[in-house]
Order: sequence, then structure tokens, then C-alpha cells
Amino acid sequence: MEPRVIVVTSGKGGVGKTTTTANVSFALAKEGYKVVAVDADIGLRNLDVVMGLENRVVYNFIDVIEGTCRLPQALIRDKRVDNLFLLPAAQTRTKDAVNPEQMIELCNMLKKEDFDFILLDSPAGIEGGFKNAAAGATEALVVTTPEVPSVRDADRIIGLLESMGKNPIRLVINRVKANMVREGEMLDVQDVLDVLAVELIGIVPDDDSVVKSANRGEPLTYGDSSPAAQAFRNIASRLLGNDVPFMKLESQEGLGFFSGLKKLLGF
Amino acid sequence: MMGILQKLFGRQGSKKAAKERLQIVLIHDRTDISPMLMEELRKDMIDVLSKYMEIDAENIEMDLDKADHSVAFVANIPVVRIKRRA
Repeated sequence: MEPRVIVVTSGKGGVGKTTTTANVSFALAKEGYKVVAVDADIGLRNLDVVMGLENRVVYNFIDVIEGTCRLPQALIRDKRVDNLFLLPAAQTRTKDAVNPEQMIELCNMLKKEDFDFILLDSPAGIEGGFKNAAAGATEALVVTTPEVPSVRDADRIIGLLESMGKNPIRLVINRVKANMVREGEMLDVQDVLDVLAVELIGIVPDDDSVVKSANRGEPLTYGDSSPAAQAFRNIASRLLGNDVPFMKLESQEGLGFFSGLKKLLGF
Repeated sequence: MMGILQKLFGRQGSKKAAKERLQIVLIHDRTDISPMLMEELRKDMIDVLSKYMEIDAENIEMDLDKADHSVAFVANIPVVRIKRRA
């Protein structure tokens, strides 16, 4: 299988790029594919901590590019699942430490390691950091939330990705709150698609599990059964070409009484 | 109570405003040539074209044609006469 190189980006910060990269990478690896998740956010790395691998970072991809170490030395194998690796970013460098040509070369080196999927977690923004992250990619996942600033920035980033020739460009709509959508207080999926007009690959409900899993450094798709976990698994499945129907988003309210009672009783 | 009253009086959910504002802001974002810049562009175009042909500068039409994520600059320039070239 020809390696697929996918950049996960958004424009807007804090919408869920790193969470998406971590969880989709994990889900693909659980399906048996050899996956590397590359943290392309130099200086503000977070993929390592979201994946719970921060204690094992020794080398980063700048070390590889500069020849300080060999690529296998920088790759961190996730022990929880076969065939999942993390290539961390440097924390004490800045985004101008590498250029797009070097990132393309890095992706070529990764392709030679027989990865099926190379996912690049892009930094926020439209400048050098994003351009570096996207340089070696052919496909793109754009993450947005159903909010005006995020969708606006997503539009800009989609325009840039199109002008860079990335194809396909697919959308993940993250942090959808079903009850707010029902009340007409949040843009729904169709609203966002009307505006952005790209292929939808995932709808991820707003879910407290995401915060808890990041706290623990354990991707949801490791074993969690929450709605968000299922949504990320579905994204991985669709990336593999499967036709997975989009989940009906349950309102959080229906579960309110019993979960409230449980909390009261100390469960 | 206020929430119910607001709903009863048909106050629309905020998402309608969000969508309308988004659509408008994106039209502006997708085409960011200011009128000032358009004017300078017009003058430059007249200068360049006038080297090769006599044009009807009064009746030039220029526009930015917006479609999804791409924009095309479209100009219609009436030509009076092509200049003789050595």
C-alpha cells in the first residue's frame, strides 16, 4: 500500500487538531496499519502529552533533519498498540528551524520506514509552521468547531490547502453540542457544510471524556466507549474507505438525571 | 422564566445570526482587494494596454468573479484601434 500522508490542520487554534491526530492515529493502528503521528508544532508540542508518551521523548524530528540522530532513534513506539509510533517536535526550537523542503525530505524518510499512514499534527495559523506541516502531505483533514471564528479560519485554511494542491481535503466538525443545535443556538452540520463546501469525514460530539483522556494521556480510541471515541473510530474507518453512517448525536440532557444522582451518591 | 418568555415571543436562536454573519464575512475574506487598490490597478492596466492599443478608458469594466474558493479577475476593455508596430 502506497503510504498516505495526511496533514491535520485547522487555522484556528484549540479546535482539536492534536486530539484528532492522536485518536485517529491510534484507531488506524488498532485496525492493523503501521502509523506514525508526527508532531509538527515546533516549540509548542502537545501530541506527546496527549498520547501519554511525553516521558519517552529523547530525540525529535529536528534532530533527524539536522543529522543529530537517525530516524528510528527519534521514533517512539506506543506500547499499547502494535505499529503506532510518535515522532515528536522540538520544544526549545522555533518554527523557522526547518523549511518545507526539509519537511518533504522527512516525509520521504518516513515513507521508507514502511508506514501505511503518516499523520502530521499541524500548528495553528497560516504561516511557516502550517506550511512546513503541510509540505510533505498529499491529503488534509481540516478540523473546525461549529462556531463563527473557527469556520472562518477553516475557510481560509481550505483555500490555502487547495492552492497547495492538497487532495482530498476533508472536514472534521468537532465539539458539536446536540442540545444547543436542537435549541437553534449552535450552527448545525449542514450550516457548516453549506459554508465550507468540502467533504465531511467526521462529526465529533462535545464530550467530557476528551478532557479526561488527555488528563490521563490515554487516547480515547484505546478502549473508551464514549461518543467521541466512537466518532474518532468512525473517522479512521472512513479514511480506510468504509462507508460509515454518521452517528445521531444524543443530547447530554437525557442522561442528566441518573448521572446527577450517581454523582450525589458518590459514584 | 425569561428563557421561556423569550422563546414564546419568537426570539430566534443565535445560530441564524451566526450563519448569516459567517456568509457575509467570508465574502469579504475571500476577496480582499480594496477599492483603492482596484483604482491603482485600473490605472496600471490602462498604461500597459495603451502601449499596444488605443482603448476606451472611460468604459473599462473590471470585476472580481467569486466562486467558492477561487476568485478570477475579469476585465472587459473596449478597443478603439490597435497601434501599428514597427
